[in-house]
Amino acid sequence: MSNKWIIAFYVLPALLLIGIFIFIPLALSGYYGFMDWDGIGAMTFIGLENYTAALQDVKFWDSAWHSFLLAIFSTLSLLIYLAIALILASKIKGSDLLRKIYLIPMLLSSVAIAQLWIKIYNPTSGMLNQILLKIGVENPPAWLAETSIVLYAIFIPILWQYAGFYILIYYAALKNIPDSIIEAARIDGASPVQIALRIKLPLIMGIVKVTIVLAVVGSLKYFDLIYVMTGGGPNSASEVMASYMYKLAFDTNNFGYGSAIGFLLLIITLVVTYIVRKLTATKEEIQY
Amino acid sequence: MKRLGSFLLYLSLALVAIFQIFPIVWLFLFSLKDNREIFSGDPFALPSQFRWENYTKVWEGGIGIYFWNSVWITALAILFTVLFASMATFAITRMKWKLSKLVLGLCMVGMMIPIHSSIIPLFKMFLNVNLIDSPWSIVITYTAYNLPITIMILLGFYYTLPREIEEAAIIDGCSVPQMFFRIILPMTIPVMSTTVIINMIYNWNEFVFVNTFISSDHYKTLTVGIQNFIGQYMTDWGAIGATLVISVLPILLAFIFFSNKVVEGLSSSAVKG
Repeated sequence: MSNKWIIAFYVLPALLLIGIFIFIPLALSGYYGFMDWDGIGAMTFIGLENYTAALQDVKFWDSAWHSFLLAIFSTLSLLIYLAIALILASKIKGSDLLRKIYLIPMLLSSVAIAQLWIKIYNPTSGMLNQILLKIGVENPPAWLAETSIVLYAIFIPILWQYAGFYILIYYAALKNIPDSIIEAARIDGASPVQIALRIKLPLIMGIVKVTIVLAVVGSLKYFDLIYVMTGGGPNSASEVMASYMYKLAFDTNNFGYGSAIGFLLLIITLVVTYIVRKLTATKEEIQY
Repeated sequence: MKRLGSFLLYLSLALVAIFQIFPIVWLFLFSLKDNREIFSGDPFALPSQFRWENYTKVWEGGIGIYFWNSVWITALAILFTVLFASMATFAITRMKWKLSKLVLGLCMVGMMIPIHSSIIPLFKMFLNVNLIDSPWSIVITYTAYNLPITIMILLGFYYTLPREIEEAAIIDGCSVPQMFFRIILPMTIPVMSTTVIINMIYNWNEFVFVNTFISSDHYKTLTVGIQNFIGQYMTDWGAIGATLVISVLPILLAFIFFSNKVVEGLSSSAVKG
């Protein structure tokens, strides 16, 4: 089977869709970045103006900083997920059911999650402050309205949303470790904690590295949840790169500048992915 | 001592489970209450009477239209994605040609790129061909953006299919399309069902494309529809709760019935990325 026409018939629909709707727009985004364009009228070529403006734009760098903070939080939270997975994989009864319960938030749309957490964080009638008042906390904060708290407040639903996903991945990797290795360690007198940290953890390091890339790249792309929960506010305190780009284009009709920011977002994502992959590069595949 | 240790382990796992599930329980509870009850201060009290009228009120108030838009757009995009991805995976794994590595590479990169880098040019493309504010722009975009992940999930399964079956089919005089549609596709039903459910979750929950390309109310899907809707019912928490429950219910039901498929799909989607 190597007839060109037959191959084309099978592969072209997918290839054309991916090429036209994913890759051509990426290139066009870089190109539109050279334009002064309001989205409706004609484009005027203005050279590197948008890109140099972006590099000097405090709001852009603030949003990049917030995205970076979220990436750090997400990476650190992997430790919690890993700990839970290690417990879950140590012959716990009902681990299958627990894993599925943990996964439920991951299935909800970010919009529904955002709306739900807006309600949870509601200063007077939300679940959180009602509980805090009950246990005697006076004047609990208006979580999403305070610039110093809002980014942390947004991170909690993100932690909540992705917990089940990462636990699931770690759990699957841990279950792949042959029992014989664990048994041998136990016979040699290793404690459960030693087995977890010295044997299981190194054996699933490959997957841990994959999840670090996923968490970092995922954080750079966060949009839906933040856009719905706070719209980047208050006072841009929760603005991230994607929400800043989106606002520029679709709220203020600054499509040329928005394209430039969108293209920078792509470059930053690619560079960061490359760096994280390099930093976590595995020298050899583990063979059992 | 050992008992205490394992008690603490179970306790920590149970606390995580409570943290994961309680916000959703709370949502369900307040979707059946009225404001007076919600604001009275006990977040986990059962509703004094189950106010199902919250649900009928929002369904008839417009959520119904968004719901059906979500259903048909999701279904149609799944159909196209899984068909085209299966065809491409078949070509990649079964035919000898130079560019199959390239197609795989495009898929890998395609899974990673931020959609915000392509959304302005996409908007302009659809504007040029008059597809802005048409549900087709959404169906096409969903199909294209889910192809890479779907191909990656299918790939592993296709590699394990025995070639002898195909050779026998060819010897028996089967044409390539006959072989693909009558023999290969039916054999891949287990992995296809995994991709269907993963696509369903992605499409059902997608927000930014619909929010950008669709402006008419009668084409909006649930994720964007509930945004406007909640604005309308700003102070009626029961109605907002009912709206949110309706929007997440189909996925939760699918999860209850096909949880193993979801688990399988999510883990393979991550590891391949």
